[in-house]
Amino acid sequence: MHTATQPIDNGVNVTALLGAREALAQAPAAARFTWRAHCDWVRGTHSRIAVEDFYGLGETQQHRSRFTFEADHPEVFAAEDHGPTPVEYVLVGLAACLTAGVAAVAQHRGIQLRSVKATVEGDMDIQGILGMDPDVRNGFDDIRVTFAIDADASRADIEALVAQSQKRSAVYDLLTNPTHVKVEVK
Amino acid sequence: MKTVTAVVVGAGHAGLAMSHHLARHGIDHVILERGEVANAWRHQRWDSLRLLTPNWQTRLPGQIYTGPEPQGFMGMAELIAFLDDYARGLSAPLHTGTEVISVRQAEDGYRVMTDRGEWRCRAVVIATGACQRAAVPALAADLPPWIASLTPLDYRNPDQLAPGGVLVVGASATGVQLADELQRSGRPVTLAVGEHLRLPRRYRSRDIQWWLEHAGLLDQRFDEVEDLIRARRQPSPQLLGSTEPLDLDLNALSKRGVCLVGRLVGLAGTRLQFSGSLAVHCQAADLKLVRLLDNLDDWASAHGWHEALPASERPAPTRVPQRPCLGLDLAAGEIKTVLWATGFRPDYRWLEVPVFNARGRLLHHGGVVAPGLYAMGLPFMRRRKSGAIHGADDDARELSAHLAAWLAKARHRSFA
Repeated sequence: MHTATQPIDNGVNVTALLGAREALAQAPAAARFTWRAHCDWVRGTHSRIAVEDFYGLGETQQHRSRFTFEADHPEVFAAEDHGPTPVEYVLVGLAACLTAGVAAVAQHRGIQLRSVKATVEGDMDIQGILGMDPDVRNGFDDIRVTFAIDADASRADIEALVAQSQKRSAVYDLLTNPTHVKVEVK
Repeated sequence: MKTVTAVVVGAGHAGLAMSHHLARHGIDHVILERGEVANAWRHQRWDSLRLLTPNWQTRLPGQIYTGPEPQGFMGMAELIAFLDDYARGLSAPLHTGTEVISVRQAEDGYRVMTDRGEWRCRAVVIATGACQRAAVPALAADLPPWIASLTPLDYRNPDQLAPGGVLVVGASATGVQLADELQRSGRPVTLAVGEHLRLPRRYRSRDIQWWLEHAGLLDQRFDEVEDLIRARRQPSPQLLGSTEPLDLDLNALSKRGVCLVGRLVGLAGTRLQFSGSLAVHCQAADLKLVRLLDNLDDWASAHGWHEALPASERPAPTRVPQRPCLGLDLAAGEIKTVLWATGFRPDYRWLEVPVFNARGRLLHHGGVVAPGLYAMGLPFMRRRKSGAIHGADDDARELSAHLAAWLAKARHRSFA
């Protein structure tokens, strides 16, 4: 039993999230979201990607501002390294998604977090993308996430937090399960 | 057309228990049963199945187990005899071989159409069971034609299957039991594991059901739990009823040679795709198990059991393969059969009353479906034990009282 004298605050509005869950149960169509990124090639392996709008709750929504990202490859790939590689963005997404989940679940379970640090590593054999060996896949063959969490909770409770955040994570689901991907030319 | 106050649809344990309590209230009623008493237990279960509840716990209103093995687990023949015996002791007319074709709302109650005539009644109790249909994922339809595909409702014993590998999809009670039996039959089993509930058969030398019952967990009510939808969706625990008490967790299965893979998530051509999430599902099940055992230990200490029982122990964490298989090509020929232990659903195609949500699930509040319409025997319907045989007594007692009160009120209104 948690007997807090101070209210738990991880900066997550759990009441709003639970309210949304209730509202969407009545109107499941509003739960359909479409996320978008717009990519513009710059030069070589360097691209600039913008994220601004998405669709959800029945209409197009705007982020508070337009976010842009540079993506490139490092110099060892004979590139100019204007930004992280696309696969690193995948790791960024996974780390951010699991960490957001940890915060939300902790708030819901009444656990005060002091710090949450995660290191994400993905292993890859580049013989795949270089087309050298058809038996080697292009993508990661292993991803490891290591959390270091300082919180008012037992180790078992922290492990349960991290397990629950995987269970509810979109990016974790994307990486562990297949997804239909369709690429077209306009 | 015949007239009766209440119709109970189904003569399984839940319908029989309800009949007992309706009789106590003096409510005249009939039980309509498409086949025989305990029909699904007779015709839709595999040969080796035993109840997951020990005999001392297998009880119905007014009838307890009095046989020689209170710690044993009933096989189907014994259970059928138990229910037959119970049915003989009831006073209400039991119409076997009578299939309900439709139930419709009518003025002052319901019309129940059967293949042997029509009934007019004030109230209907749906006691047709929670496991009438096997829930099979859509991709089952796309399996290549040389793969045999069957559900636990069709499965009887290993001899029914061709020699060769079997993919068992689902690792709840049914999946682990069938994986174990098939592996022992010499068919190499691959078991696709998603979210699951790990439970030891015995803990501190008592059956786990003793703990759950005495600590009050089975009596936990539907209006007390934080997330009822989740509680009702909870998978059945990895338990086995057998002559000698045995644990049937993933470690036991791996040790026997069963190959563990993640949840089945796709079929691309002939290639099955398994989720990379096996480790987290196993870890979550281990964490939940330890939390449960901690709570049971606390209960034992608080209620004077601690000294009387052997010391606490914690089961070994689930051993997950270092890099579980993510894909399996059915064209390679190792797998001959896929067995879908992916859950069950009730069958309400005959219930022509608007009491379903958009997904076709029955809407009810603790078994109260609509005025004069009640359900029985659904998972966590009124209590955690609602889906079990011993759970029928309390639910039938309360719902029969509700039904009696509703009849009295309706009668009062019609005379006013």
